[in-house]
Amino acid sequence: MAPGPGACHSPRRAGLCPHSEELSPDNEGALHTSFHQLIQEQSSLMEAGLELEMQDRGRGNATVRTQELSCPLAVLWPPTLCPLSLAGRSRGAIISQYYNRTAQLRRRSSRPPLQQLCRAARPSLRLYDLETDPATATLQDKRSLLVNELLSLSPSHRSHMLLTVPLCLAEKRALRYVRSYPPHRAPTARAVLGPTPSLTPLSAGQAGPWHYALKQIGGRFGSSVLSYFLFLKTLVYFNIISFLILLVFVVALQAAYPPASANPQPFTGLELLTGAGYFTYSLLYYGYYSNTTLNSPCASSPGTCPIAAPRLPYNMPLAYMSSVGVSFLITCVLLVYSMSRSFGESYRVGSSSRDLPVKVFCAWDFKVVQRRSVKLQCENICTQLKELLAEQRSRSCSRSLCQRLGRTVVLLLAWLLSLSTVLGCAVAVHHFSQHMHMVSAAPCSGQETLLLALPLVVSGLNAVMPHLYNLLAAWERQDYPGAQVYVAICRNLILKMVLLGLLCYQWLSRRVVLQGAPSCWETCVGQDLYRFMVMDFVFTLLDTLLGELVWRLVLEKRLKRNQKPEFDIARNVLELIYGQTLTWLGVLFAPLLPAVQVLKLLLLFYIKKTSLVHNCQSPSKPWQASHMNTVFITLLCFPSFLGAAVFLLYTIWSVQPSETCGPFQGLETIYKSWQTWGQVLEKSNPNITWFTWAHQHLVENPFLPFFVSGVLLAGIYFNIQVLRGQRRIIHLLKEQIANEGEDKVFLIQKLHSVYEQKGRRT
Amino acid sequence: MAPNVVPMDYTKDPDVKLPMQLIINMPELKENPFKERIVESFSEDGEGSLSFNDFVDMFSVLSEMAPRELKAIYAFKIYDFNTDNFICKSDLEKTLNKLTREELTAEEITLVCEKVIEEADMDGDGKLGFADFENMISKAPDFLSTFHIRI
Repeated sequence: MAPGPGACHSPRRAGLCPHSEELSPDNEGALHTSFHQLIQEQSSLMEAGLELEMQDRGRGNATVRTQELSCPLAVLWPPTLCPLSLAGRSRGAIISQYYNRTAQLRRRSSRPPLQQLCRAARPSLRLYDLETDPATATLQDKRSLLVNELLSLSPSHRSHMLLTVPLCLAEKRALRYVRSYPPHRAPTARAVLGPTPSLTPLSAGQAGPWHYALKQIGGRFGSSVLSYFLFLKTLVYFNIISFLILLVFVVALQAAYPPASANPQPFTGLELLTGAGYFTYSLLYYGYYSNTTLNSPCASSPGTCPIAAPRLPYNMPLAYMSSVGVSFLITCVLLVYSMSRSFGESYRVGSSSRDLPVKVFCAWDFKVVQRRSVKLQCENICTQLKELLAEQRSRSCSRSLCQRLGRTVVLLLAWLLSLSTVLGCAVAVHHFSQHMHMVSAAPCSGQETLLLALPLVVSGLNAVMPHLYNLLAAWERQDYPGAQVYVAICRNLILKMVLLGLLCYQWLSRRVVLQGAPSCWETCVGQDLYRFMVMDFVFTLLDTLLGELVWRLVLEKRLKRNQKPEFDIARNVLELIYGQTLTWLGVLFAPLLPAVQVLKLLLLFYIKKTSLVHNCQSPSKPWQASHMNTVFITLLCFPSFLGAAVFLLYTIWSVQPSETCGPFQGLETIYKSWQTWGQVLEKSNPNITWFTWAHQHLVENPFLPFFVSGVLLAGIYFNIQVLRGQRRIIHLLKEQIANEGEDKVFLIQKLHSVYEQKGRRT
Repeated sequence: MAPNVVPMDYTKDPDVKLPMQLIINMPELKENPFKERIVESFSEDGEGSLSFNDFVDMFSVLSEMAPRELKAIYAFKIYDFNTDNFICKSDLEKTLNKLTREELTAEEITLVCEKVIEEADMDGDGKLGFADFENMISKAPDFLSTFHIRI
């Protein structure tokens, strides 16, 4: 359909050249007759088409619209396949239109080689005018023709075509169950066009959990706030998958075979906050898991090994490491898949959020249902349109040098301030944690409330600093309102990642000090992470309470403004990402942490929803929901998941596990358990040396990561070049369309003048 | 919505149509400024009465699962107020008035209409055909999520 970017053979330009024969103004007679012929042909076709429809409409389907004859020239060129070229829901017209489209799709299933492209950019009109063929076809015949064409397409094309046909559902069902053509075949042969894609949204499987709550939120606050809750739902699914893997392969089995030495401390309520005490030596943490093969017949009676068939021994260390690895791998695959899908949906070559037509036609959120929210939305759109107009007006007058310098200085200062606050926070946390470490002499079993101090400080910083950054942004006053959100996200993200990095470094470097006495540094780290998660939840609750409920009361009662606080989407999503990073960091040390995270997210959903409904109003800034979704998933993948994966790999590869507890006691590194298992396997069965060979040369080879990253970089470069090429083609095609529009105008004017001259002569 | 008009038994395919007034009072559509146009675009007779199939059609196009092309076709129909298969300046003015509840001044409306036609019209005929509309929609990744009604 798209003409190749060949030579633009414009009649307008050709008219100026004295050498071209056919279209020069001297040969006006030929010009006139050829146009006249084309117009006659087209109008006769239209009349024939109308007659057919009059026959079809004997059942009284649609009213005859006479405007169809008014645009014969518009149908002539450029040859656009407008499915609405015949108005109303006249089935015959739509079916024949889609027959043409399907026939072309089938004929053009492969690209013609470049050498065979004709020189003229505008291909012959008669190639496209397939409607001349079924001149006397009835609706039934047209339907069977369409069915035949659809049958000859591939299944995916077929279902796609069926979905995009703008016919009513009854027609689509009829199309699917039509007898195969020609009718002389056995009448029982039915052409069923593939599996029925679910066309109705009313099937029960689409409902899903929280369907009504999400509908309510979308109806009141629109798609932007809804994106936060959908993100929360995605995180719940990720955590459930991790939890299930760990549950089935690690936790349940250890629970079935509890280790011998277990001295539980009495349960006090404080454990839920601190994670220590009763929970220390329980399924929650690393220290509980045994380093032996469970259910092995030799373990119970070390002297005599019964020769009878063993009851399924289970190698716990291997299972532990593999389950954690597999859950990370599955999470990685799911994340990359959802990131690429969301990127594919949201990225458009050459689009900008400041396009006025896009704002007019796509800004209205049809999900919004409540009267007050609809009113707010109208006001928002009005403001945005005014802002866009003002911006376009001011774009013409540029700033003076002084103003630009002033703006740059302000921007630099703001960034300097934010980065120095991040550094300050990091130093403060470092010193505080050193202090706490020295104060509680016996780590991990010291006074339990003191253990909460560090998480408190970190969560407090995480909660207070974003408000500071908001104030900074208000002082800074970005040019484009969209940039404000991105800058805020950047700053908050830098703060959180720096603090987490510092904490990880401290955990790993401090394990040396904690050796000796029955203490498990892994359990300590697990407990720390549990406390951080709990504190994060507590602070989120406090933030919701103070930031939304109390602020709304203050606004209403004290300041007497009839305005509710806005729901800060970016900040809330970053908090979710932070919580998820904590979970991923702690999975190795506390296998039940994903379950805790699931509980936390479920509670958060209901609390946030209630607070939203009672205290907040929808955001007034323009918000591109799909774009931000991509950004959130990317942030989840790149700093968050990647950081956790690096931490995990480093711990498995190079950190020595503790001597006295956990599944990897006494080993040099956790990874050694895998290697020893490989060696045991090799010894027991010499036939599978390929396994150890593959392991040695592929996994342990340092060149493999370099090779993989080289391949990835090559793929990225290739995609960038493809994108560049597409942008160029879009530019060329746009020019071509503009040219053709001007050609059309020129030719119509020429026609008019020729007719006038002819009229004057006669 | 109309339990006395609509029969429970649809096996004999009864020809029951609900008038527009009933449908635009649905909670999902009540506050939508384009509700009359939406219902008119899906009705067979162009007056706004929907049979059951039309009703299901309407919500299936407005659902999450409908493909982009189908949504673009019907969005074009909805915004084409005078049903001449082109979105001309008067259609744009009506759309803007409905979107902003007539808060924009006449001068601003004219300016916006001119700018929209200038930016979106590719072939220079002064109004937006379906190809121009579809091209513009393809640049808006949000279209799929905003042109969506949950039921």
